[in-house]
Amino acid sequence: MAGAAVLGRLNWLLAELVELVPETPRVKSLVLAAPGWPGHRPGQHVDVRLTAEDGYQAQRSYSIATPPDGERVVLTVERLEDGEVSPFLVDELLVGDRIELRGPIGGYFVWDGADRAPLHLVAGGSGIVPLMAMLRHRAGLGSAGPAALVYSARTEGELIYREELDRLAADDGALRIAYTLTRERPPGWTGYDRRIDPGMLGEVLGGADPNATAFVCGPTRFVEVAADALVGLGYEPGRVRTERFGPSGR
Amino acid sequence: MDHVTRGFRGRRDTERSDRIPPGQYETRDFPVLSAGPTPHTPLETWTFTISEGGEERARWTWDEFQALPSETITKDIHCVTKWSKLDTAWEGVSVDTLLDGIETDAAYVMAWSDGGYTTNLPLEDVTDGKAWVAHGYDDEPLDPEHGGPARLLVPHLYFWKSAKWVRGLRLLDEDEPGFWESLGYHLYGDPWREQRYWGD
Repeated sequence: MAGAAVLGRLNWLLAELVELVPETPRVKSLVLAAPGWPGHRPGQHVDVRLTAEDGYQAQRSYSIATPPDGERVVLTVERLEDGEVSPFLVDELLVGDRIELRGPIGGYFVWDGADRAPLHLVAGGSGIVPLMAMLRHRAGLGSAGPAALVYSARTEGELIYREELDRLAADDGALRIAYTLTRERPPGWTGYDRRIDPGMLGEVLGGADPNATAFVCGPTRFVEVAADALVGLGYEPGRVRTERFGPSGR
Repeated sequence: MDHVTRGFRGRRDTERSDRIPPGQYETRDFPVLSAGPTPHTPLETWTFTISEGGEERARWTWDEFQALPSETITKDIHCVTKWSKLDTAWEGVSVDTLLDGIETDAAYVMAWSDGGYTTNLPLEDVTDGKAWVAHGYDDEPLDPEHGGPARLLVPHLYFWKSAKWVRGLRLLDEDEPGFWESLGYHLYGDPWREQRYWGD
């Protein structure tokens, strides 16, 4: 069980967009300065509240992409074509604009790296975001146990943080990263080119280390398949932590 | 008034139903949330237990549970992750039926599930026609990813209270936090008072 979450009431804070980083054609990272931010743990998320002039409001939750960094919070947001909030955040918000935040939220899908136990990550699409906070945190620790990531996207161009992930893996012999593409196989592609399956997870993660904690994040179907596969590979169900988004397909 | 976001108008293509609580939006999908892998308990070994002070007060096998009088329930549901879904149609056994004939001074229950999940509720929130152990959804057996073979259904509270894969209720004299309630989520979880997190 993870440690205690933040005590006391979570208040809405006014955060200013200080930088906008394009990640892929549909994804941007929002670098926010949030005075009063209480700090967070890698893997947690935040509620965002937007208010129209007539008082109409919309709230959504977004994963935090960065480890704790004072009052700076980075959200990576994917534009959902039929969305109400994500198209505004990705296409309309400008540096200097302010939005309301409340958080951090969630005390289970978190990794602090306090023990040096192996970290096993499985990401589907924008499910990479909270896992990236963990990998960035791990890189900042300097000394950490082994880690592995399987990251599935539809196309190469939809892989978020690609360059940074490649750099992290190149700099760190204890970090293994494998990509799989489900909709294309570009010329020269050396990664996987199929949906995740038990064989792929076993190859990359190196089997079910009983001390490893696995974090799986992605669309519902993806998480169902990945979590079932990990249990089938011998992971203790209690050491497989999941976060899902999107409809179930029914 | 809260801070107005420059340029934000919001989606006004559908009239907002007065059945959607504050901070929620309506979805027509049925999103799935859970903290770990989906358990797959064989029906031959499934039981549902009411216990108090470590003692079993009642217990049903799957066949016995299926033989209990079942109701069709149509209710709106509200997830703390912001979606609400209107007029969801369930089949299930009223918790009143399960507690029938059990004398207790308990004021709370802890629902527990396969996979280790727990959630706490006042007893009065699961009695008098307010809660069910649901085993069907939309005229079909309940999918494992939605909590099948059976889940608690307490539609007037945020949906994390409607424990998936539920296997029993522990009767308690004092309230205790369950899984999410220990991790920052509200002890009670009334969507109409927007009781999402501690202190709300």
